[in-house]
Amino acid sequence: MPFRPLFSHPPKLPSHPVILVVGATSLIARELCRRFAARGWRIVLAGRRGDALEEIAADLRVRWPIEVTTLVLSPQDPGAADECVARANAAVAGGIDGVVVCHGKLIQEEDRFLSPREIRDLIDVNFTTAAVILGTAAAHLEQRGGGFLAAISSVAGDRGRQSNYNYGAAKAGLTAYLSGLRNRLAVKGIPVLTIKPGFVATPMIAGTPAEDSVLTATPRRVADDIDRAILRGADILYTPWYWRPILLIIRALPEAVFKRLRM
Amino acid sequence: MSAGERSLAGWGRQPRTVGSVSEPTTLAVARESIAPAHGGSLIPRGLGRAYGDSACNDHGRVVVCERLDRFRSFDPRTGLLEAEAGTSLDAIIRTFLPRGWFLPTTPGTRQVTLGGAVAADVHGKNHHHRGSFGGFVDVIELCLADGSVVRCSRDQHPDLFFATLGGMGLTGLILAVTFRLVPVPSAWVNVDYRRTRDLEHTLATFAEHDARYEHSVAWIDCMARGRRLGRSIAMHGSEAAASDLPVPWRGRPWDLSVRRAHTFPFTPPCSLLSPTTVRIFNELFYHSHGSGRRVVDIHSYFYPLDGIHHWNRMYGPSGFIQYQAFFPRESSHAGLRRLLGEIVRSGAASFLAVLKSCGPADGALLSYLEPGHTLALDIPYARGTIDDLCHRLDRILLDHGGRLYLAKDAMMGPTTFRAMYPRLPEFLTVKRRYDPNHLFSSSQSRRLGIE
Repeated sequence: MPFRPLFSHPPKLPSHPVILVVGATSLIARELCRRFAARGWRIVLAGRRGDALEEIAADLRVRWPIEVTTLVLSPQDPGAADECVARANAAVAGGIDGVVVCHGKLIQEEDRFLSPREIRDLIDVNFTTAAVILGTAAAHLEQRGGGFLAAISSVAGDRGRQSNYNYGAAKAGLTAYLSGLRNRLAVKGIPVLTIKPGFVATPMIAGTPAEDSVLTATPRRVADDIDRAILRGADILYTPWYWRPILLIIRALPEAVFKRLRM
Repeated sequence: MSAGERSLAGWGRQPRTVGSVSEPTTLAVARESIAPAHGGSLIPRGLGRAYGDSACNDHGRVVVCERLDRFRSFDPRTGLLEAEAGTSLDAIIRTFLPRGWFLPTTPGTRQVTLGGAVAADVHGKNHHHRGSFGGFVDVIELCLADGSVVRCSRDQHPDLFFATLGGMGLTGLILAVTFRLVPVPSAWVNVDYRRTRDLEHTLATFAEHDARYEHSVAWIDCMARGRRLGRSIAMHGSEAAASDLPVPWRGRPWDLSVRRAHTFPFTPPCSLLSPTTVRIFNELFYHSHGSGRRVVDIHSYFYPLDGIHHWNRMYGPSGFIQYQAFFPRESSHAGLRRLLGEIVRSGAASFLAVLKSCGPADGALLSYLEPGHTLALDIPYARGTIDDLCHRLDRILLDHGGRLYLAKDAMMGPTTFRAMYPRLPEFLTVKRRYDPNHLFSSSQSRRLGIE
């Protein structure tokens, strides 16, 4: 029962669009790229580990006769995100038509306060780099007059809770940023998708209690949802769908009650 | 159970074990999981289709390889495909069948990984012509107990190659496999069905027709007794040319969208496969398949049970075992007659009973098949009586020079195992050479005394 918005405008794309996937080594991105490639979409894989990107590129090339390019964003280079869109545009003929930001980082903070370094790191990875890439991509797509933007935020950004509020705050920032971009680009017919997954069975939650939760979804299922949402030009995607009503309840709880809960 | 500990069983859902599970997403992470610092023995696991405890490690570590699922390279001139060990046969078929390539031989399910196919040296309905899967494998890339990565083949480290083929994951963690796909004229099979009266007739049908058909298999009615013992529907298949296909497919012979599978949604409180329900099903099945030719798509012919996810739930919470027996040609008639007779007498309802012809062995040290016949039976797991029944069946196998398939085995004891696998000492020598501290160990290997 996925949510269908009343007014969705599928993105305007050429027949073999080029999609920049940032954080391409994540499991969700890996699955998503296979779905893109199956349709003949061309892909620029961006990430920090060059060898891991090459493995993914080889897999996609064997599966489908498509053009796959890799783009290494050096973790040592603080400006890597600034140049990401420009480098992707330079790497493929015609420039990029869509961007999916998939990278993210989670540090469990249930039983301790994070160090200043960790706080900066979480906000930098989850918010700042994502915002920089989306912002530069938005300028490019506005000029081009078509395409789409999508980014993986999180249900954790809907309300801060003690177990992951640094992560949640960064994702809340990303959600707000995407909402603003959507507002700006709506008149140009460029859809902006905010993706809010719940627990997904990836290394991010390995070893946490969420790993064995009945609510935990497979990366495949989440990638299927994201792919469909991109194609129909949706605004906000909760994936799997049951997180929408769950978060509706969580957001509606009065703060006086919420602050006493252990979650 | 602490974090990462999970209850695990094979496809037969018996026996149940507890293992500490890790699920590497890249080969680099998989290699790290070998590090002895993590402590304790480990066994690799794929999609969990081995029926018994081959991919379980009670109170030890289990490395689930499902996510090591990337293709590395494909050569369209030779059909040589290199892929990571967790790649499923399903993914390979979905990718390459539309381009006209298919597996050289295939087990009865698409839901096994390449690593699992190598570790169990799986076989298909064309074993009498093509041998088992290992015959098509060129290179196995393996992470050894000391963390080093080796590529073994018939020329490089052949000892390791032939121990790893059929070695049930006990020589190292298989990281990648290079093997050959074969071109097929279409995604369809011409199947000739022949209804047979009894076991003798079934074996005579095999003997008469096997040479002319690529694939040979018979469904046996295990509830039939007396003079009908061993009656079957023999299904001989050969590649269908594009001109044989139903009209709509003639222009696109490989275009076969996989039908959406149904899921058996829950485990019923008791087995649905009682002797009565099986008898009714078998009567219907036997009489609804007349003799004659039909063109059948590859999925229906090779993978009838893949149409229902979790079909193993039908056996209820207590599960079942699959008993797959091999008999060499000269004793197969007598052996099969005694085995079927014992099953009928025990009253154990075997829903699935499949007979296949086998050809020459492929040199793997724990090779399972040689020229002869193999019969696979599902037996509901009945606590108390199953040990006894398996013991009697094992006895029949030993009397006739037979052997039990390790990918299905859940019950065998060490003495029986040693008697059935004469090259075990050679295997142990190689295992000690590459894994001196027995890092790789499973519930099955300890039960069988492979140490």
